[in-house]
Amino acid sequence: MSTQRETPTSTPAKRRILGPCSVVFTAANTGSWRLERPQLDESKCIRCGTCARSCPTDCITVSRDGCPVVFDWYYCKGCGICVNECPKNALSLVKERGEH
Amino acid sequence: MLKMMAASKGLVTHGVSSCQGCGIELIIRNVLDVLGEDTVLVIPPGCAALFSGTGPEAAVKLAGIQGNLENSAAIASGIAAGFRHQGNEHTTVCAFCGDGATVDIGLQSLSGAMERNENILYICYDNEAYMNTGIQGSSSTPLGASTTTTPAGKPVGSKDLIQIVMAHGVPYAATASVADLGDLRRKVKKAKGIKGCRVLHIHCPCPTGWGYHSSKTIELAREGVDSGAWVLMEYENGRVKLGRRPSKLGHAEDYMKLQKRFRTAVGELTAQTNERIISRYEYLEKLERLGGE
Ligand SMILES: Cc1ncc(C[n+]2csc(CCOP(=O)(O)OP(=O)(O)O)c2C)c(N)n1
Ligand code: SF4
Ligand code: SF4
Ligand code: SF4
Repeated sequence: MSTQRETPTSTPAKRRILGPCSVVFTAANTGSWRLERPQLDESKCIRCGTCARSCPTDCITVSRDGCPVVFDWYYCKGCGICVNECPKNALSLVKERGEH
Repeated sequence: MLKMMAASKGLVTHGVSSCQGCGIELIIRNVLDVLGEDTVLVIPPGCAALFSGTGPEAAVKLAGIQGNLENSAAIASGIAAGFRHQGNEHTTVCAFCGDGATVDIGLQSLSGAMERNENILYICYDNEAYMNTGIQGSSSTPLGASTTTTPAGKPVGSKDLIQIVMAHGVPYAATASVADLGDLRRKVKKAKGIKGCRVLHIHCPCPTGWGYHSSKTIELAREGVDSGAWVLMEYENGRVKLGRRPSKLGHAEDYMKLQKRFRTAVGELTAQTNERIISRYEYLEKLERLGGE
């Protein structure tokens, strides 16, 4: 049978952490998984931001000026949710290697 | 202190190894965006553990712990007790757990935390199976859904988590879905502002486990809500409040047809699913009316 420890656990002489401790904030290159990528037809885009809000990787930036939609290709997994959710059909999925 | 080796817009890194189109990724980004930096996370094993760090690599800019499948609510209770001792009334203690970790293996610790009304926010993302270990059926797996442990389709329906939660009389509980991220954020914000044990149950489509193209995650969640297969509701001060009435209540055919896990559920099972959806919804409507009296 185990006995209760007599020293109070709230004032340890030394603080020790057991197990792995995640201290390095990193990011995997999930863009390398992509087989297809979203492509924008600027003439149809109304800059509504739906695609950015729907993106699981949060890799889309929608701007008021200039190019309306910018993707961060280092992270885009090519899931296609942005394409599916765009209310104006301004996005389409194209093969990553260019062959349609 | 974190060593920053990557930049991110919010509290979650952009490069996480969850599958393409994973619902958890959408949910956790929105949840943490609303909860903010003053939050401690408890995440059990499961797909969400990808966000609690792997070895030295962290995926969120928050303190947190990966516990066991059995005890997320107990660990969160302990952390909340520690904060209480320190006089800290501001930090949110958030448990973020799968359905297996909630309705099966961790149900006792969640029940205890709800009974004691611990000051925690318990979130169950429900992908309706044990996904991380290879799609085994859980008690959240719906009737007729095929998993590796129910290859011919699950012969019984799922546990009704929100009703189990309501039976504990917690101050606030709600269901939400990736179908309506605005509504989800509103509910997280509301839960954050309430003291005591708050529970959110969030529908979380999983392309890998449910068998659909990754682009359909939100569309599928929408079909779930529109058919009543997933009911949006809130429970506050003992009162039930339902969301907008499902536009196709009791017609889950389109929802089921989009998913390979229901390929064995034809004819009779679809009819049975629809009947259950309607009778559950009518019961919830009665509860809502009771609260209004
Ligand atoms: C008591 C116990 N049994 C089994 C496991 C193995 N296990 C690790 S993750 C996991 C799946 C958890 O499923 P769920 O909570 O639904 O989360 P999901 O993987 O679906 O996101 C299992 C069974 C465990 N860690 N502990
Ligand atoms: S959802 Fe479509 S219309 Fe809206 S900003 Fe994105 S690409 Fe443009
Ligand atoms: S394809 Fe998926 S990951 Fe890529 S930008 Fe669209 S929603 Fe985001
Ligand atoms: S198996 Fe499902 S829940 Fe798990 S990471 Fe993949 S899509 Fe997400």
